[in-house]
Amino acid sequence: MEAVNIFVKSIFIDNMIFAYFLGMCSYLAVSKTVKTAVGLGAAVIFVLGITVPINYLLENFVLKEGALTWVDASFADVDLSFLSFIMFIAVIASMVQLVEMIVEKFAPALYGALGIFLPLIAVNCSILGGALFMQERQYTNIGDATVFGLGSGVGWFLAIVAIAAIREKIRYSNVPAPLRGLGITFIITGLMGLGFMAFMGIEL
Amino acid sequence: MSTETAVAPEKKEVVKEAVPKEPLFSAKNKKLLTDPLDDDNPITVQVLGICSALAITVQVQQAVVMCLSVLFVMLFGNMIISLMRDVIPSRIRIIVQLVVVASLVILVDQILKAFLPDIAEKLSVFIGLIITNCIIMGRFEAFAMGNKLWPSALDGIGNAIGYAWILVAVAIVREIFGSGAISFPGIGQIKFLPASFYDAGYMNNNLMILPPMALITVGIIIWIQRSKNQKLIEEN
Repeated sequence: MEAVNIFVKSIFIDNMIFAYFLGMCSYLAVSKTVKTAVGLGAAVIFVLGITVPINYLLENFVLKEGALTWVDASFADVDLSFLSFIMFIAVIASMVQLVEMIVEKFAPALYGALGIFLPLIAVNCSILGGALFMQERQYTNIGDATVFGLGSGVGWFLAIVAIAAIREKIRYSNVPAPLRGLGITFIITGLMGLGFMAFMGIEL
Repeated sequence: MSTETAVAPEKKEVVKEAVPKEPLFSAKNKKLLTDPLDDDNPITVQVLGICSALAITVQVQQAVVMCLSVLFVMLFGNMIISLMRDVIPSRIRIIVQLVVVASLVILVDQILKAFLPDIAEKLSVFIGLIITNCIIMGRFEAFAMGNKLWPSALDGIGNAIGYAWILVAVAIVREIFGSGAISFPGIGQIKFLPASFYDAGYMNNNLMILPPMALITVGIIIWIQRSKNQKLIEEN
């Protein structure tokens, strides 16, 4: 039940885009058509679902204060958490590279669909953000952390597909010239955020 | 406001140091510093670094701390990458850049935690997210990899200030309408509305503090900027 709660919460309430603005750069750049938005969204779900649990293991067995006791009891007061930024980003960059190679080898069709988006993802804030929120919120087990990663990815996917659909239609509207493109996208995202706030307080 | 104070002292230097062979602030170099303020603004034109720009603009002081952190990382990151640009193999440059940014960000994070623990708490994950702030990676790729030390440093400062003024502008709007006052560390709150307004039934607009209004505020800033600067208008 806890896991379902985390899943729903990370999709609707703590949505990466509408509540924390994470991954906005690629959200704005790649949301011109629904097709590419679906590709990038799927890649984000995929990478978040893999990197969050790996970073969870890293956090709990290497970085956290006292996490190294499984090696030797004398490491009980070693605190490596100041290294977490560099470790997380290294894991993300290498995982993205690895995933790219594996997908290319074993699922060429999927690679064709995701291919160009995978390298972009290493510098997508929502991936590092997922790892950092996981660290801050201290999930109790790896299952919860994985569910949180997947949920955040699904939330991001929903947001980018929705905005891409709206942008495809808005081309036919008469937007004031200075507001065209970027400006109106910001304002629509804000309005969508207000809509998503209706989910606030849901608890399962 | 912060843009004026930061640019003004350098203009004075121009007068003093106009003599050397290639003047330190030649027209080209000055352009590096002023372009990102308007024509090539990192947020409203290049669309980089939006994530952090929106999340931490609830209060002016948070925004200022964030801007200073970005300025620091941007300036030294650009300088380091520019010095190393000839020895970085192009295949692994992204990793090298990430390592440089991550080390600088760790420095900033530790300093903030030590000296400004309250603000560090509020900024939470967003200091860490400077690592993936696209402005920084974007400028490394687009500028520091191909330019000498001094122009890179200027480019870093220019872009950080361009980022900063948008951030501070959004924060001022949100804090005035959302809280009715701007709080400064040390001075306390400066109220903008007399108490009689509140007696007459005026209420702070709590919506301004919520995340969606940051997006709408930036949208409006873009609108104002582009109606003044017509050449930035997009096709659709």
